[in-house]
Amino acid sequence: MSLPAVSNDDALAAAAPLAGMSSTGGAEVVALPARKPAMPKPDLGKMAKAFLANGAPPVITILLALAVWEGMTQGKVGGFPSPTMIWTESKDLILDPFFDRGGVDKGLFWHVMTSLSRVGVGFSISAVVGIGLGLLVGANKFFHRGLDPIFQVLRTVPPLAWLPISLAVFREAQPSALFVIFITSIWPIIINTAVGVRNIPADYINVARVLRLSPLEYVWKILIPAATPYIFTGLRIGIGMSWLAIVASEMLLGGVGIGFFIWDQYNSSRISDIVVALAWVGLTGFALDRLVNLAGRLVSRGTAVS
Amino acid sequence: MTKPYLSIENVGVTFPGARSSEVLRGIDLRVDRGQFVSIIGHSGCGKSTLLNVVAGLVPMTIGAVILDGSAVESPGPDRAVVFQNHSLLPWLSVYENVALAVDKVFSARKTRAERRDWVMHNLALVQMTHAKDKKPAEISGGMKQRVGIARALAMEPKVLLLDEPFGALDALTRAHLQDSVMEIHAKLGNTVIMITHDVDEAVLLSDRIVMMTNGPAATIGEVMSVDLPRPRYRLEVDSHPEYLRARHAVIEFLHARRTVVEAA
Repeated sequence: MSLPAVSNDDALAAAAPLAGMSSTGGAEVVALPARKPAMPKPDLGKMAKAFLANGAPPVITILLALAVWEGMTQGKVGGFPSPTMIWTESKDLILDPFFDRGGVDKGLFWHVMTSLSRVGVGFSISAVVGIGLGLLVGANKFFHRGLDPIFQVLRTVPPLAWLPISLAVFREAQPSALFVIFITSIWPIIINTAVGVRNIPADYINVARVLRLSPLEYVWKILIPAATPYIFTGLRIGIGMSWLAIVASEMLLGGVGIGFFIWDQYNSSRISDIVVALAWVGLTGFALDRLVNLAGRLVSRGTAVS
Repeated sequence: MTKPYLSIENVGVTFPGARSSEVLRGIDLRVDRGQFVSIIGHSGCGKSTLLNVVAGLVPMTIGAVILDGSAVESPGPDRAVVFQNHSLLPWLSVYENVALAVDKVFSARKTRAERRDWVMHNLALVQMTHAKDKKPAEISGGMKQRVGIARALAMEPKVLLLDEPFGALDALTRAHLQDSVMEIHAKLGNTVIMITHDVDEAVLLSDRIVMMTNGPAATIGEVMSVDLPRPRYRLEVDSHPEYLRARHAVIEFLHARRTVVEAA
């Protein structure tokens, strides 16, 4: 296998992701790079120390968790699989996420991409509508008093409770899934945007008044930039919720997608495959969160700092 | 008698509401062009309210403010305000903060290049050209206040309104900025109204000191001229008999008011 060789070249960077990615067989792969930087290389000494301080705890806990898991599931036939069983049963799925044998028989990468594209469409719509509504509700007292109670009630409705309604309305799986994403992720976006608008410091408003900015200039030059950190908080919560919603709604809707994959494997009693899929779901959700966070930091241009 | 440049006539402010409170009553004040006037008084006496009325940010209940022949009704760049906590927009650089004002006020009167030069000119006045590309979060409190002053000056206001501009700064920075404001005032001859609760600051900078009684329904208790020759230098002035007289008079006024508050 080529994995250990790769991680030797790039030991510092590769060790942590590898430990998370390959939930089985990780023991040998990870242990090697973890020991490497500790070798007495004078110029690498500091880096090695920093790596050990930051990288060692997650590696150790993951190894421990795998060991405990292995121990608890050892010797039992049927039921929940141990890490080594998952490795033997789902090796193909882990090592080749890109295969495509037509129909729903695809690699996990394709399932995740399908789910992601649904999230991309649904979330984009809810971001646009949510920010717009949030600005309106934040800036206008009448709309705030009128709509806020409705939002507060609707946001507590669980994603799956919307599914029957959206199926009844759209009668097709694809738009229903998009609607569930939309309706799930829009509330935190609206609410956080509105809070951001309502929290604009009085000083900024006074500056705008002294300069006699027009309403449009006020929105573009003061309101939106001032609310940007709040908007991105909403987007971050929203994308997390839409990822929750897509996996759940795909289970019911069928077709290609990571949610349906999990359900399909459950029906074929392939628990090992489900565990592998869960790792993909978790890592993808984590990546989405980081992505929105990064975009927020780039866009808000230091606003959050002060 | 010539017509005053800025005239505050019988201004009263009552905030409405269930427990409506009269903040200011019967404020009368004339300010000549180029004069530096300080308003001093205890906290909560309505100094800031008075300044905001002149700025147009707070509506007056009765009375009128007339600036250069026309009545003040709404905020505008002819009455630029330097706010106590600088109020720079944190997502804009130092240059962009000043440019926001310049581009808005001079959009019709200056070309793009002229506006850029005018921003730089005003940053130079407050010695902040070196930090033009920095964000407000990256500069010190005193520097932020300098940029706030540059932004206000760049609007070429008829009256410059300073709302406790140095209140949040340490003593050394404050002294430094006071000197800068005096220099700028000497150079440009702005008409300035400054709110302060620092007696030395008021005496050092002002041509006249307006002392306010305590609220509610605060009004002007006394107006005192400070006849110190300009330019004033901190080290020479603070032993000048006129400085000491003025300083003593203001402290006496404030002290008397304080006992009234405690007795009430």
